[in-house]
Amino acid sequence: MAPLAAPGHVLTWRAFGRLPRLALTVARELWFAVVVLALWWVLSSGSTSFYFPPLSEIWARFQELWLFDRVPTDVWPSLRNFGLAIVLSCAVGIPLGVVLGSLRRVREIVSPVLGFGWALPKLALLPAFIAVAGIGDGMRVSFILAGAVWPILLGAQDGVRAVDPGLRDMARSYRFGRGTLLFRVLLPAAAPQIFAGIRTSLAIGLVLMIVGEMLVASSGLGFFVLQSQQSYALVDMWAGALLIGMLGYLITLLFTVLERFVLRWHFARRAMHAAG
Amino acid sequence: MTSIKGDAVAGATRPSLDTVMAADHVAFSYSSAAGAHPVLGDISFTIARGEFVSLVGPSGIGKTTLLRVLSGLMQPTAGEVRLDGERVTEPPRQLALVLQDYSRSLLPWMSIERNVALPLRSAKVARTEVRSRTAAALDAVGLAGDSEKYPWQLSGGMQQRVAIARALAYQPEVLVMDEPFASVDAQTRFDLEDLVLRLRREFGMTVLLVTHDIDEAVYLSDRIVVLAGKPAQVADCLDVPLGPIRDQIATKALPEYAALRGRVLSEIRAASAARTDKKVG
Ligand SMILES: Nc1ncnc2c1ncn2[C@@H]1O[C@H](COP(=O)(O)OP(=O)(O)OP(=O)(O)O)[C@@H](O)[C@H]1O
Ligand SMILES: [Mg+2]
Repeated sequence: MAPLAAPGHVLTWRAFGRLPRLALTVARELWFAVVVLALWWVLSSGSTSFYFPPLSEIWARFQELWLFDRVPTDVWPSLRNFGLAIVLSCAVGIPLGVVLGSLRRVREIVSPVLGFGWALPKLALLPAFIAVAGIGDGMRVSFILAGAVWPILLGAQDGVRAVDPGLRDMARSYRFGRGTLLFRVLLPAAAPQIFAGIRTSLAIGLVLMIVGEMLVASSGLGFFVLQSQQSYALVDMWAGALLIGMLGYLITLLFTVLERFVLRWHFARRAMHAAG
Repeated sequence: MTSIKGDAVAGATRPSLDTVMAADHVAFSYSSAAGAHPVLGDISFTIARGEFVSLVGPSGIGKTTLLRVLSGLMQPTAGEVRLDGERVTEPPRQLALVLQDYSRSLLPWMSIERNVALPLRSAKVARTEVRSRTAAALDAVGLAGDSEKYPWQLSGGMQQRVAIARALAYQPEVLVMDEPFASVDAQTRFDLEDLVLRLRREFGMTVLLVTHDIDEAVYLSDRIVVLAGKPAQVADCLDVPLGPIRDQIATKALPEYAALRGRVLSEIRAASAARTDKKVG
């Protein structure tokens, strides 16, 4: 009769935002990056190599460039394209995945297309993208989208397919309408897999964003790094690479925080089963 | 036993009373790669409005299968199920179902309270009424203090009571339950049994209950349907003339109670024995 002991009986923002725990989480996330940066700083401090300038020098340049001189011209366009492509990937991938996950017949017909789209090397298609969509922002967004949509779509599809038949029976026996079924049952059930898909999409999308800019753009981070390298501005190149690395890291970190919040029931339940 | 047809069993169908649910020559087979696997033979019985009917039989006979067919989750391969005279093809609005797999019917991303309230909200019941009915149902099953918790923070018996509370809050005309008190302790079980009896009196609810527990079947029911055979058929229908008001101690001390209990037990034994004989032979 007694309730099982569970960490954090009531899940609220308060429990989530307790400061010491948050600090611990952040420390657990950050220690490796801090170690790498410290090593880089120490090992490169006396470097006279043209190709590997001291991190102190790179950092000085980093501040000149990115705080916040070139943010509007090089950082913002990249991030905007990236963000737009990820949002579109969700807007296309999640509904399509839910539909495919629900309709077996359609899924059987479409699944070769999905396998093909997922496996296709997107970089090889870049020339085709340029031919069709030009070299503007539209092309860059659709190029990222073409790579980032698949993991989200497949995550939503598999998540919906894996919904417990017991839950479906319950929803049917209480005659849930489409809206209730979708938003209260199917999407929450599939959410862990959808989030896993988005995480993969973020990584793929970032790579495609940089590569796309390196190959065709006249602005953006990828363009900046490549151009610096080609004009022998190695410190600039490293400063750009450092920023890309930091952005990628930050995006993942923010996403983790969002995931932990939205799926707090999922993580709390998993933690309890792991402990018990 | 194979000669028994549902209609032939005395007391299985009672056209004179106000019939809520009717199983009319219902048969069901699971189909698999290996072919059809008949589980329900030819089952006919009716349930009158306000009646409490228990369905008993040995494990694996097809009680859950029959319940899923009766509640519209599965279509019979032959015959038909009617609720209020209408053929059942999907789970009807006036019916609430508590499945045997209760823990798999709760949504882990919602608090207990929201789980119980969801069918009402889906049915567009007014907010204040949802709140009061949810609170009353949780209180009735003894979970008022746990309403903010999540299903996975509760024990098996508590989860089972959440599923029961959800069905009670829905205030169905017909309540269908598959071994709903299987994993609660004896005292809680008695309390829940009496709760269901009380609600049935208050709301004029019709109850169909599957149970393993013969004491429970006799204590609660107006009628007990015994399933036997392979495929399963109605082997017997027993009236339980113990009156509308039951008491855990007084009722169970009655000689009629003991006699009925003995009779049901021997019939289930016979049914189990018949099954094992068939398997051996
Ligand atoms: N989904 C299924 N597919 C195929 N066969 C099934 C399926 N579900 C149940 N069966 C078979 O149908 C028969 C009856 O099962 P059912 O679950 O209805 O029994 P039951 O009387 O509810 O048993 P218990 O008292 O143990 O819950 C069993 O032989 C079982 O193997
Ligand atoms: Mg069963």
